[in-house]
Amino acid sequence: MKRIRWFIGTVVLAGVVGLIIIRPLPFLSYPGLPYLSFFGRALYILILACLLCLYRICRGPTGADRIVAIDILGIMIVGLCAVLTISTGRSWYIDIGIAWVLQSFISTLALSKYLEGKGFDE
Amino acid sequence: MSNIIGLIFIGLGLAFDFFGALGLVRLPDVYNRLQAATKCVTLGTCSILFGTFLVVGPVASGMKALLCIIFLLLTSPVSAHAVARGAHRAGVKLCEKSVVDRYSEDKEGEA
Repeated sequence: MKRIRWFIGTVVLAGVVGLIIIRPLPFLSYPGLPYLSFFGRALYILILACLLCLYRICRGPTGADRIVAIDILGIMIVGLCAVLTISTGRSWYIDIGIAWVLQSFISTLALSKYLEGKGFDE
Repeated sequence: MSNIIGLIFIGLGLAFDFFGALGLVRLPDVYNRLQAATKCVTLGTCSILFGTFLVVGPVASGMKALLCIIFLLLTSPVSAHAVARGAHRAGVKLCEKSVVDRYSEDKEGEA
């Protein structure tokens, strides 16, 4: 059973990496963008990393795993916002990034406080 | 020229982010996963944001990227420490291969 899971995971990962190398994402960029294929591949890689985090959120055996994965998912989305700032040329994406950093920090602190099992007013 | 250097920084950050997420899937334990995850915050996303600053130049969005780096460097170690402390106090087990657990020894010494 474990060997079958290894095989499926390897095939899926190799297929996605091959897709990244062969076809970059063509949309989400303004027409005269230089290095267009680089940014298309960057978006692919960040989306793949977000999907790995989602796997850990679904499968995590304890609550702490899920909290770590939610935190890292937020950080990856900040990186995605930074890449989208360059590739679409719209500068308000980075504002979403700043807001997401602060909000993710507060929510992670609250969730770890909940995990510790005490009240919130210490 | 700064364009090319920024693209190199973004590529390095992408590699760190991807391998951090892979470590989040593959490692056996909460504390090991936290180890991989904090590396991917500090080196990965900060490097992507610095590359964004180098590519767009010192305009408003580049300065906001620098501000975002400062916020990340201030907040992410605090949150990682809080999650690790909360997990240890909630009684999440270490994996079988781990060698030493200083925090529980400390708590036994206090009690």
